[in-house]
Amino acid sequence: MAGHIVATVDQIPPGQRKLVEVGGRAIVVYNLGGEFFALNNRCPHRGGSLADGIQTGLVESTMPGQYNCSRPGEMVKCPWHGWEFDIRTGKSWCDPSRLRIRQYPVSVRPGSRLVEGPYVAESFPVRLEDDYIVVEA
Amino acid sequence: MNIEARQLLGEQKARATIIDVDIHPKASVEDLRPFLSQRWWDHLQTYGTRGRQGFAKGFPYPKSQPLASRRDSWPPGGGLPASDLDFMRRQHLDFYGIEYAIMNPLSPTGQGDQNDEFSAAMAFAANEFQLEGWNRRDPRLLASVVVAYEDGEAARAEIKRRAGDRRFAHVLLRSRTCELMGKKRYWPIYEAAQEAGFPVGVHVFGTSGRPASNSGWPSFYIEDMTEHASCCQAQVTSLIMEGVFERYPGLKIVMIEAGFAWLPALGWRLDKIWKRLREEVPHLRRSPSEYIRDHLWVSTQPMEETENPEHLLDLMNWVGWDRFMFASDYPHWDFDDPLVALPPALDEARRTKIYSGNARALYRFA
Repeated sequence: MAGHIVATVDQIPPGQRKLVEVGGRAIVVYNLGGEFFALNNRCPHRGGSLADGIQTGLVESTMPGQYNCSRPGEMVKCPWHGWEFDIRTGKSWCDPSRLRIRQYPVSVRPGSRLVEGPYVAESFPVRLEDDYIVVEA
Repeated sequence: MNIEARQLLGEQKARATIIDVDIHPKASVEDLRPFLSQRWWDHLQTYGTRGRQGFAKGFPYPKSQPLASRRDSWPPGGGLPASDLDFMRRQHLDFYGIEYAIMNPLSPTGQGDQNDEFSAAMAFAANEFQLEGWNRRDPRLLASVVVAYEDGEAARAEIKRRAGDRRFAHVLLRSRTCELMGKKRYWPIYEAAQEAGFPVGVHVFGTSGRPASNSGWPSFYIEDMTEHASCCQAQVTSLIMEGVFERYPGLKIVMIEAGFAWLPALGWRLDKIWKRLREEVPHLRRSPSEYIRDHLWVSTQPMEETENPEHLLDLMNWVGWDRFMFASDYPHWDFDDPLVALPPALDEARRTKIYSGNARALYRFA
Protein backbone atom coordinates (compact mmCIF):
# COMPACT_ATOMS: atom_id res chain seq x y z
CA MET A 1 0.00 0.00 0.00
CA ALA A 2 1.21 3.44 -0.85
CA GLY A 3 -0.12 6.79 0.27
CA HIS A 4 -1.72 8.72 -2.55
CA ILE A 5 -2.46 12.41 -2.32
CA VAL A 6 -5.89 12.73 -3.87
CA ALA A 7 -7.10 16.25 -3.04
CA THR A 8 -6.62 19.25 -0.86
CA VAL A 9 -8.91 19.40 2.13
CA ASP A 10 -10.60 22.45 0.61
CA GLN A 11 -11.60 20.47 -2.45
CA ILE A 12 -13.97 18.20 -0.49
CA PRO A 13 -16.00 20.37 1.89
CA PRO A 14 -18.21 18.77 4.57
CA GLY A 15 -21.15 16.92 3.00
CA GLN A 16 -19.34 16.60 -0.34
CA ARG A 17 -17.59 13.74 -2.05
CA LYS A 18 -15.00 13.30 -4.74
CA LEU A 19 -14.33 10.44 -7.11
CA VAL A 20 -10.62 9.80 -7.56
CA GLU A 21 -8.54 7.19 -9.28
CA VAL A 22 -5.74 5.56 -7.36
CA GLY A 23 -3.62 2.94 -9.05
CA GLY A 24 -6.37 2.10 -11.52
CA ARG A 25 -9.01 1.85 -8.81
CA ALA A 26 -11.96 4.20 -8.59
CA ILE A 27 -12.28 5.41 -5.02
CA VAL A 28 -14.85 7.84 -3.67
CA VAL A 29 -13.80 10.08 -0.79
CA TYR A 30 -16.52 11.49 1.49
CA ASN A 31 -16.29 14.30 3.99
CA LEU A 32 -18.72 13.73 6.88
CA GLY A 33 -18.49 16.84 9.08
CA GLY A 34 -14.74 17.08 8.71
CA GLU A 35 -14.02 13.34 8.88
CA PHE A 36 -12.89 11.70 5.67
CA PHE A 37 -13.83 8.23 4.47
CA ALA A 38 -12.54 6.50 1.34
CA LEU A 39 -14.60 3.71 -0.22
CA ASN A 40 -14.23 1.63 -3.34
CA ASN A 41 -16.56 3.27 -5.84
CA ARG A 42 -17.96 -0.03 -7.09
CA CYS A 43 -21.15 -1.14 -5.40
CA PRO A 44 -20.57 -4.69 -4.11
CA HIS A 45 -24.10 -5.70 -5.10
CA ARG A 46 -24.02 -5.28 -8.88
CA GLY A 47 -21.38 -2.69 -9.63
CA GLY A 48 -23.10 0.70 -9.72
CA SER A 49 -20.92 3.79 -9.30
CA LEU A 50 -21.48 4.96 -5.73
CA ALA A 51 -20.22 8.46 -6.49
CA ASP A 52 -23.38 8.91 -8.56
CA GLY A 53 -25.62 7.90 -5.67
CA ILE A 54 -27.33 10.28 -3.30
CA GLN A 55 -26.29 10.66 0.32
CA THR A 56 -29.16 10.23 2.70
CA GLY A 57 -29.72 9.88 6.41
CA LEU A 58 -30.68 6.76 8.26
CA VAL A 59 -34.37 6.17 8.76
CA GLU A 60 -35.20 3.53 11.34
CA SER A 61 -38.30 2.36 13.11
CA THR A 62 -38.74 0.82 16.53
CA MET A 63 -42.28 -0.19 15.61
CA PRO A 64 -44.74 0.62 12.81
CA GLY A 65 -45.83 4.21 13.09
CA GLN A 66 -42.68 5.36 14.85
CA TYR A 67 -39.86 6.63 12.69
CA ASN A 68 -36.53 8.03 13.58
CA CYS A 69 -34.28 9.91 11.18
CA SER A 70 -30.66 10.33 12.15
CA ARG A 71 -27.16 10.74 10.76
CA PRO A 72 -28.04 12.99 7.81
CA GLY A 73 -25.77 12.47 4.83
CA GLU A 74 -23.98 9.46 6.31
CA MET A 75 -25.60 6.81 4.13
CA VAL A 76 -25.03 6.42 0.40
CA LYS A 77 -27.69 4.88 -1.84
CA CYS A 78 -26.43 3.12 -4.93
CA PRO A 79 -27.69 4.95 -8.05
CA TRP A 80 -28.84 1.67 -9.60
CA HIS A 81 -30.70 -0.60 -7.20
CA GLY A 82 -30.84 1.68 -4.20
CA TRP A 83 -28.84 -0.44 -1.76
CA GLU A 84 -27.93 1.65 1.31
CA PHE A 85 -24.41 1.67 2.72
CA ASP A 86 -23.03 3.25 5.87
CA ILE A 87 -20.27 5.56 4.71
CA ARG A 88 -18.48 5.23 8.08
CA THR A 89 -18.21 1.45 7.92
CA GLY A 90 -18.88 0.52 4.29
CA LYS A 91 -21.48 -2.00 5.47
CA SER A 92 -24.77 -2.42 3.65
CA TRP A 93 -27.82 -1.85 5.79
CA CYS A 94 -29.74 -4.96 4.73
CA ASP A 95 -26.91 -7.50 4.58
CA PRO A 96 -24.01 -5.98 6.55
CA SER A 97 -22.01 -9.16 7.07
CA ARG A 98 -21.95 -10.23 3.43
CA LEU A 99 -22.20 -7.02 1.44
CA ARG A 100 -19.82 -4.28 2.38
CA ILE A 101 -17.80 -1.79 0.44
CA ARG A 102 -14.04 -1.98 0.69
CA GLN A 103 -12.68 0.90 2.74
CA TYR A 104 -9.25 2.47 2.44
CA PRO A 105 -7.35 4.26 5.21
CA VAL A 106 -7.50 8.00 4.70
CA SER A 107 -5.78 10.79 6.57
CA VAL A 108 -5.16 14.52 6.41
CA ARG A 109 -1.52 15.57 6.18
CA PRO A 110 0.04 19.02 6.05
CA GLY A 111 1.85 19.84 2.85
CA SER A 112 5.01 20.50 4.81
CA ARG A 113 5.30 16.79 5.55
CA LEU A 114 4.23 15.52 2.19
CA VAL A 115 6.84 17.30 0.12
CA GLU A 116 9.44 15.03 1.72
CA GLY A 117 7.77 11.86 0.38
CA PRO A 118 7.21 8.94 -0.01
CA TYR A 119 3.77 10.06 -1.06
CA VAL A 120 2.49 9.93 -4.62
CA ALA A 121 0.94 13.10 -6.00
CA GLU A 122 0.12 12.44 -9.63
CA SER A 123 -2.01 15.34 -10.61
CA PHE A 124 -1.07 18.48 -8.75
CA PRO A 125 1.84 20.18 -7.01
CA VAL A 126 1.98 20.04 -3.23
CA ARG A 127 2.30 23.34 -1.43
CA LEU A 128 3.72 23.63 2.06
CA GLU A 129 0.90 25.76 3.40
CA ASP A 130 -2.02 23.47 2.39
CA ASP A 131 -3.53 20.36 3.98
CA TYR A 132 -4.01 17.26 1.85
CA ILE A 133 -6.13 14.13 1.87
CA VAL A 134 -4.05 10.97 1.60
CA VAL A 135 -5.57 7.61 0.72
CA GLU A 136 -3.65 4.41 1.39
CA ALA A 137 -4.33 2.01 -1.43
CA MET B 1 -14.04 9.61 -14.57
CA ASN B 2 -16.91 7.37 -13.66
CA ILE B 3 -17.10 5.97 -17.16
CA GLU B 4 -13.35 5.48 -17.34
CA ALA B 5 -13.30 3.53 -14.11
CA ARG B 6 -16.04 1.19 -15.34
CA GLN B 7 -14.32 0.61 -18.63
CA LEU B 8 -11.40 -0.89 -16.81
CA LEU B 9 -13.72 -3.50 -15.40
CA GLY B 10 -15.35 -4.19 -18.74
CA GLU B 11 -12.10 -4.92 -20.47
CA GLN B 12 -11.15 -7.50 -17.89
CA LYS B 13 -14.00 -9.76 -18.95
CA ALA B 14 -14.47 -11.57 -22.20
CA ARG B 15 -17.14 -9.80 -24.16
CA ALA B 16 -20.19 -11.88 -24.92
CA THR B 17 -22.48 -11.00 -27.77
CA ILE B 18 -25.55 -9.47 -26.18
CA ILE B 19 -29.09 -9.10 -27.40
CA ASP B 20 -30.95 -6.98 -24.88
CA VAL B 21 -34.69 -7.59 -25.11
CA ASP B 22 -35.81 -4.73 -22.87
CA ILE B 23 -34.67 -1.14 -23.05
CA HIS B 24 -36.77 2.00 -22.67
CA PRO B 25 -35.83 4.87 -24.94
CA LYS B 26 -37.73 7.97 -23.94
CA ALA B 27 -39.76 10.06 -26.35
CA SER B 28 -41.50 13.33 -25.57
CA VAL B 29 -45.00 14.16 -26.75
CA GLU B 30 -43.34 16.67 -29.09
CA ASP B 31 -41.46 13.77 -30.67
CA LEU B 32 -44.77 12.12 -31.50
CA ARG B 33 -46.35 15.25 -32.92
CA PRO B 34 -45.31 14.71 -36.56
CA PHE B 35 -47.07 11.35 -36.49
CA LEU B 36 -50.33 12.51 -34.93
CA SER B 37 -53.16 14.08 -36.90
CA GLN B 38 -54.11 17.63 -36.01
CA ARG B 39 -57.25 16.26 -34.43
CA TRP B 40 -55.39 14.02 -32.00
CA TRP B 41 -52.63 16.54 -31.34
CA ASP B 42 -55.28 19.07 -30.36
CA HIS B 43 -56.98 16.45 -28.23
CA LEU B 44 -53.72 15.68 -26.46
CA GLN B 45 -53.04 19.37 -25.85
CA THR B 46 -56.55 20.04 -24.58
CA TYR B 47 -57.42 16.95 -22.61
CA GLY B 48 -54.16 15.11 -22.15
CA THR B 49 -53.94 11.39 -21.62
CA ARG B 50 -56.38 9.42 -19.49
CA GLY B 51 -54.81 6.30 -18.16
CA ARG B 52 -56.86 3.90 -16.10
CA GLN B 53 -55.74 5.17 -12.74
CA GLY B 54 -56.73 7.97 -10.39
CA PHE B 55 -54.11 10.52 -11.36
CA ALA B 56 -54.10 12.56 -14.54
CA LYS B 57 -50.31 12.71 -14.39
CA GLY B 58 -47.61 10.65 -12.79
CA PHE B 59 -47.63 7.14 -11.42
CA PRO B 60 -50.08 5.41 -9.08
CA TYR B 61 -47.08 4.81 -6.81
CA PRO B 62 -44.20 7.27 -6.52
CA LYS B 63 -41.04 5.57 -7.74
CA SER B 64 -37.96 5.14 -5.59
CA GLN B 65 -35.85 7.24 -7.92
CA PRO B 66 -36.83 10.04 -10.33
CA LEU B 67 -38.58 8.59 -13.40
CA ALA B 68 -37.72 5.16 -12.00
CA SER B 69 -34.31 5.62 -13.58
CA ARG B 70 -30.71 5.00 -12.64
CA ARG B 71 -29.40 8.18 -11.13
CA ASP B 72 -26.43 8.06 -13.46
CA SER B 73 -28.60 7.80 -16.59
CA TRP B 74 -29.57 11.47 -16.91
CA PRO B 75 -27.74 12.71 -20.00
CA PRO B 76 -25.05 15.28 -19.17
CA GLY B 77 -26.36 17.45 -22.00
CA GLY B 78 -29.85 17.58 -20.50
CA GLY B 79 -33.08 15.76 -21.20
CA LEU B 80 -34.62 12.65 -19.68
CA PRO B 81 -32.90 9.29 -19.20
CA ALA B 82 -32.58 7.36 -22.48
CA SER B 83 -33.72 10.35 -24.53
CA ASP B 84 -30.24 11.09 -25.92
CA LEU B 85 -28.96 8.51 -28.39
CA ASP B 86 -25.30 9.51 -28.09
CA PHE B 87 -25.30 9.16 -24.33
CA MET B 88 -27.26 5.92 -24.50
CA ARG B 89 -24.65 4.56 -26.88
CA ARG B 90 -21.84 5.62 -24.58
CA GLN B 91 -23.44 4.34 -21.40
CA HIS B 92 -25.14 1.22 -22.69
CA LEU B 93 -25.14 0.13 -26.34
CA ASP B 94 -21.46 0.64 -27.09
CA PHE B 95 -20.29 0.19 -23.53
CA TYR B 96 -21.58 -3.38 -23.40
CA GLY B 97 -21.28 -4.09 -27.11
CA ILE B 98 -25.02 -4.68 -27.55
CA GLU B 99 -25.76 -6.34 -30.90
CA TYR B 100 -29.50 -5.61 -30.84
CA ALA B 101 -31.73 -3.97 -28.27
CA ILE B 102 -35.49 -4.24 -28.35
CA MET B 103 -37.24 -1.01 -27.48
CA ASN B 104 -40.28 -1.30 -25.26
CA PRO B 105 -41.55 2.28 -25.01
CA LEU B 106 -43.68 2.84 -21.92
CA SER B 107 -44.79 6.45 -22.25
CA PRO B 108 -46.01 8.38 -24.07
CA THR B 109 -47.59 5.56 -26.03
CA GLY B 110 -51.30 5.87 -25.31
CA GLN B 111 -51.42 2.23 -24.18
CA GLY B 112 -54.31 1.62 -21.84
CA ASP B 113 -55.81 5.06 -22.43
CA GLN B 114 -59.55 5.30 -21.75
CA ASN B 115 -60.13 6.79 -25.18
CA ASP B 116 -59.72 3.87 -27.60
CA GLU B 117 -59.33 5.92 -30.76
CA PHE B 118 -56.84 8.24 -29.15
CA SER B 119 -54.99 5.20 -27.78
CA ALA B 120 -54.72 3.76 -31.29
CA ALA B 121 -53.52 7.08 -32.74
CA MET B 122 -50.85 7.38 -30.05
CA ALA B 123 -49.73 3.79 -30.56
CA PHE B 124 -49.28 4.46 -34.28
CA ALA B 125 -47.29 7.62 -33.50
CA ALA B 126 -45.13 5.80 -30.94
CA ASN B 127 -44.32 3.17 -33.57
CA GLU B 128 -43.45 5.73 -36.23
CA PHE B 129 -41.18 7.52 -33.80
CA GLN B 130 -39.40 4.31 -32.87
CA LEU B 131 -38.49 3.98 -36.53
CA GLU B 132 -37.68 7.61 -37.27
CA GLY B 133 -36.24 8.70 -33.95
CA TRP B 134 -34.26 5.59 -33.07
CA ASN B 135 -34.04 2.73 -35.56
CA ARG B 136 -33.17 4.94 -38.52
CA ARG B 137 -30.34 6.49 -36.52
CA ASP B 138 -29.13 3.24 -34.99
CA PRO B 139 -30.36 0.00 -36.60
CA ARG B 140 -29.36 -1.98 -33.53
CA LEU B 141 -32.47 -0.52 -31.90
CA LEU B 142 -35.45 -2.64 -32.87
CA ALA B 143 -38.98 -1.46 -32.38
CA SER B 144 -41.98 -2.97 -30.64
CA VAL B 145 -45.38 -2.87 -32.25
CA VAL B 146 -47.11 -0.73 -29.65
CA VAL B 147 -50.83 -1.45 -29.80
CA ALA B 148 -53.99 -0.05 -28.23
CA TYR B 149 -54.55 -3.41 -26.60
CA GLU B 150 -57.89 -2.62 -24.96
CA ASP B 151 -59.34 -2.35 -28.46
CA GLY B 152 -58.60 -5.68 -30.11
CA GLU B 153 -59.53 -4.61 -33.63
CA ALA B 154 -57.45 -1.42 -33.46
CA ALA B 155 -54.55 -3.52 -32.23
CA ARG B 156 -55.04 -5.98 -35.06
CA ALA B 157 -54.93 -3.17 -37.61
CA GLU B 158 -51.66 -1.83 -36.20
CA ILE B 159 -50.08 -5.29 -36.18
CA LYS B 160 -51.15 -5.88 -39.79
CA ARG B 161 -49.63 -2.52 -40.73
CA ARG B 162 -46.25 -3.61 -39.32
CA ALA B 163 -46.34 -7.23 -40.50
CA GLY B 164 -43.25 -8.17 -42.48
CA ASP B 165 -41.31 -5.12 -41.29
CA ARG B 166 -38.13 -6.55 -39.79
CA ARG B 167 -37.45 -3.35 -37.89
CA PHE B 168 -40.15 -4.53 -35.47
CA ALA B 169 -39.33 -7.39 -33.11
CA HIS B 170 -42.57 -8.10 -31.29
CA VAL B 171 -45.98 -6.81 -30.32
CA LEU B 172 -45.98 -4.99 -26.99
CA LEU B 173 -48.63 -5.32 -24.31
CA ARG B 174 -48.57 -4.26 -20.68
CA SER B 175 -49.37 -6.82 -18.02
CA ARG B 176 -52.16 -4.94 -16.27
CA THR B 177 -54.97 -5.17 -18.76
CA CYS B 178 -58.62 -4.33 -18.10
CA GLU B 179 -59.65 -7.95 -18.26
CA LEU B 180 -57.63 -11.13 -18.06
CA MET B 181 -55.53 -11.66 -21.16
CA GLY B 182 -57.16 -14.88 -22.22
CA LYS B 183 -60.49 -13.13 -22.79
CA LYS B 184 -62.01 -12.95 -26.23
CA ARG B 185 -61.59 -9.19 -26.58
CA TYR B 186 -57.82 -9.70 -26.87
CA TRP B 187 -57.91 -12.56 -29.37
CA PRO B 188 -57.51 -10.33 -32.43
CA ILE B 189 -54.09 -9.37 -31.05
CA TYR B 190 -52.97 -12.98 -30.82
CA GLU B 191 -54.42 -13.90 -34.18
CA ALA B 192 -52.71 -11.01 -35.92
CA ALA B 193 -49.41 -11.60 -34.11
CA GLN B 194 -49.43 -15.26 -35.08
CA GLU B 195 -50.21 -14.40 -38.67
CA ALA B 196 -47.45 -11.79 -38.82
CA GLY B 197 -44.96 -14.05 -37.05
CA PHE B 198 -44.47 -11.62 -34.18
CA PRO B 199 -44.00 -12.87 -30.62
CA VAL B 200 -46.14 -10.97 -28.11
CA GLY B 201 -44.14 -9.24 -25.38
CA VAL B 202 -45.97 -8.61 -22.13
CA HIS B 203 -44.11 -5.95 -20.16
CA VAL B 204 -45.09 -5.49 -16.54
CA PHE B 205 -46.98 -2.42 -15.33
CA GLY B 206 -49.73 -0.54 -17.09
CA THR B 207 -52.92 0.51 -15.38
CA SER B 208 -55.99 -1.68 -15.56
CA GLY B 209 -58.36 0.58 -13.67
CA ARG B 210 -58.29 -1.96 -10.85
CA PRO B 211 -56.12 -2.24 -7.78
CA ALA B 212 -52.91 -4.16 -8.25
CA SER B 213 -54.06 -6.77 -5.75
CA ASN B 214 -57.29 -8.75 -5.49
CA SER B 215 -57.93 -7.11 -2.14
CA GLY B 216 -57.54 -3.45 -2.96
CA TRP B 217 -54.76 -0.96 -3.31
CA PRO B 218 -51.44 -1.77 -1.66
CA SER B 219 -49.86 1.03 0.34
CA PHE B 220 -46.32 0.90 -0.94
CA TYR B 221 -44.30 0.93 -4.15
CA ILE B 222 -42.50 -2.17 -2.87
CA GLU B 223 -45.85 -3.97 -3.01
CA ASP B 224 -46.57 -2.60 -6.47
CA MET B 225 -43.23 -4.04 -7.65
CA THR B 226 -43.74 -7.41 -5.99
CA GLU B 227 -47.30 -7.80 -7.23
CA HIS B 228 -46.15 -8.38 -10.81
CA ALA B 229 -45.58 -12.00 -9.90
CA SER B 230 -49.24 -12.50 -8.98
CA CYS B 231 -50.56 -10.45 -11.90
CA CYS B 232 -48.48 -12.40 -14.38
CA GLN B 233 -49.52 -15.73 -12.87
CA ALA B 234 -53.15 -14.74 -13.37
CA GLN B 235 -52.42 -13.71 -16.96
CA VAL B 236 -50.55 -16.88 -17.87
CA THR B 237 -53.28 -18.95 -16.25
CA SER B 238 -55.96 -17.10 -18.18
CA LEU B 239 -54.17 -17.55 -21.50
CA ILE B 240 -53.97 -21.28 -20.87
CA MET B 241 -57.47 -21.81 -19.47
CA GLU B 242 -59.25 -19.80 -22.12
CA GLY B 243 -57.70 -22.04 -24.72
CA VAL B 244 -55.73 -19.26 -26.39
CA PHE B 245 -52.80 -21.55 -27.14
CA GLU B 246 -55.11 -24.15 -28.65
CA ARG B 247 -56.70 -21.49 -30.78
CA TYR B 248 -53.39 -19.89 -31.79
CA PRO B 249 -50.81 -22.68 -31.67
CA GLY B 250 -48.14 -20.44 -33.16
CA LEU B 251 -48.49 -17.82 -30.42
CA LYS B 252 -45.30 -17.01 -28.52
CA ILE B 253 -45.52 -14.96 -25.34
CA VAL B 254 -42.52 -13.18 -23.81
CA MET B 255 -42.97 -12.16 -20.19
CA ILE B 256 -40.81 -9.09 -19.75
CA GLU B 257 -39.55 -7.85 -16.38
CA ALA B 258 -41.84 -10.21 -14.51
CA GLY B 259 -39.20 -12.33 -12.81
CA PHE B 260 -39.63 -16.07 -13.19
CA ALA B 261 -39.27 -17.81 -9.82
CA TRP B 262 -43.06 -17.97 -9.64
CA LEU B 263 -43.34 -19.85 -12.92
CA PRO B 264 -42.33 -23.38 -11.79
CA ALA B 265 -44.62 -23.16 -8.76
CA LEU B 266 -47.46 -22.04 -11.01
CA GLY B 267 -46.83 -24.97 -13.32
CA TRP B 268 -46.91 -27.45 -10.46
CA ARG B 269 -50.06 -25.98 -9.01
CA LEU B 270 -51.86 -25.83 -12.35
CA ASP B 271 -50.93 -29.40 -13.24
CA LYS B 272 -52.12 -30.77 -9.92
CA ILE B 273 -55.48 -29.04 -10.10
CA TRP B 274 -55.92 -29.81 -13.79
CA LYS B 275 -55.70 -33.52 -13.09
CA ARG B 276 -58.74 -33.10 -10.83
CA LEU B 277 -60.73 -30.53 -12.76
CA ARG B 278 -59.79 -31.30 -16.35
CA GLU B 279 -63.38 -31.80 -17.43
CA GLU B 280 -64.15 -28.15 -16.64
CA VAL B 281 -61.75 -27.08 -19.38
CA PRO B 282 -61.91 -29.93 -21.87
CA HIS B 283 -60.49 -27.69 -24.60
CA LEU B 284 -57.10 -28.11 -22.95
CA ARG B 285 -55.54 -31.08 -24.65
CA ARG B 286 -52.33 -31.06 -22.66
CA SER B 287 -51.29 -30.33 -19.10
CA PRO B 288 -51.06 -26.62 -18.29
CA SER B 289 -47.30 -26.76 -17.77
CA GLU B 290 -46.85 -28.07 -21.30
CA TYR B 291 -48.44 -24.91 -22.65
CA ILE B 292 -46.08 -22.89 -20.48
CA ARG B 293 -43.06 -24.73 -21.79
CA ASP B 294 -44.16 -24.45 -25.41
CA HIS B 295 -45.48 -20.90 -25.56
CA LEU B 296 -43.70 -18.85 -22.91
CA TRP B 297 -40.35 -17.07 -22.88
CA VAL B 298 -39.06 -14.88 -20.07
CA SER B 299 -36.65 -11.98 -19.88
CA THR B 300 -33.96 -12.29 -17.24
CA GLN B 301 -34.27 -8.95 -15.49
CA PRO B 302 -35.11 -8.67 -12.65
CA MET B 303 -33.57 -11.98 -11.67
CA GLU B 304 -34.54 -13.28 -8.29
CA GLU B 305 -31.55 -13.26 -5.96
CA THR B 306 -31.74 -16.45 -3.92
CA GLU B 307 -29.60 -16.90 -0.82
CA ASN B 308 -28.54 -20.28 -2.06
CA PRO B 309 -27.36 -19.96 -5.70
CA GLU B 310 -28.39 -23.54 -6.39
CA HIS B 311 -32.03 -22.61 -5.84
CA LEU B 312 -31.93 -20.13 -8.69
CA LEU B 313 -30.36 -22.70 -10.99
CA ASP B 314 -33.05 -25.24 -10.08
CA LEU B 315 -35.75 -22.75 -10.97
CA MET B 316 -34.08 -21.89 -14.26
CA ASN B 317 -33.71 -25.55 -15.03
CA TRP B 318 -37.48 -26.04 -14.76
CA VAL B 319 -38.25 -23.06 -16.95
CA GLY B 320 -35.76 -24.32 -19.52
CA TRP B 321 -32.43 -22.99 -20.71
CA ASP B 322 -33.82 -22.14 -24.12
CA ARG B 323 -36.48 -19.84 -22.61
CA PHE B 324 -34.42 -17.06 -21.00
CA MET B 325 -33.44 -13.92 -22.84
CA PHE B 326 -31.17 -11.31 -21.39
CA ALA B 327 -32.75 -7.96 -20.57
CA SER B 328 -31.16 -4.92 -18.95
CA ASP B 329 -34.20 -2.66 -18.46
CA TYR B 330 -31.95 0.31 -19.25
CA PRO B 331 -32.26 3.09 -18.02
CA HIS B 332 -34.48 2.05 -15.14
CA TRP B 333 -33.28 1.78 -11.57
CA ASP B 334 -33.59 -1.98 -11.42
CA PHE B 335 -31.23 -2.25 -14.40
CA ASP B 336 -29.23 -5.47 -14.80
CA ASP B 337 -25.59 -5.08 -15.80
CA PRO B 338 -24.76 -7.71 -18.45
CA LEU B 339 -21.31 -8.19 -16.98
CA VAL B 340 -22.57 -9.45 -13.64
CA ALA B 341 -26.27 -10.23 -14.01
CA LEU B 342 -26.16 -13.94 -14.72
CA PRO B 343 -25.32 -16.54 -12.05
CA PRO B 344 -21.55 -17.19 -12.11
CA ALA B 345 -22.13 -20.96 -12.09
CA LEU B 346 -23.62 -21.01 -15.60
CA ASP B 347 -21.48 -22.71 -18.19
CA GLU B 348 -20.48 -20.99 -21.39
CA ALA B 349 -23.10 -22.69 -23.55
CA ARG B 350 -25.94 -21.57 -21.30
CA ARG B 351 -24.58 -18.06 -20.97
CA THR B 352 -24.42 -17.77 -24.74
CA LYS B 353 -27.99 -18.93 -25.11
CA ILE B 354 -29.27 -16.45 -22.56
CA TYR B 355 -27.20 -13.51 -23.77
CA SER B 356 -28.08 -13.94 -27.42
CA GLY B 357 -28.86 -17.41 -28.74
CA ASN B 358 -32.41 -17.73 -27.45
CA ALA B 359 -33.40 -14.26 -28.63
CA ARG B 360 -31.76 -14.86 -31.99
CA ALA B 361 -33.83 -18.00 -32.43
CA LEU B 362 -37.11 -16.55 -31.20
CA TYR B 363 -36.86 -13.29 -33.14
CA ARG B 364 -35.18 -14.93 -36.13
CA PHE B 365 -32.29 -12.49 -36.16
CA ALA B 366 -29.64 -13.24 -38.72
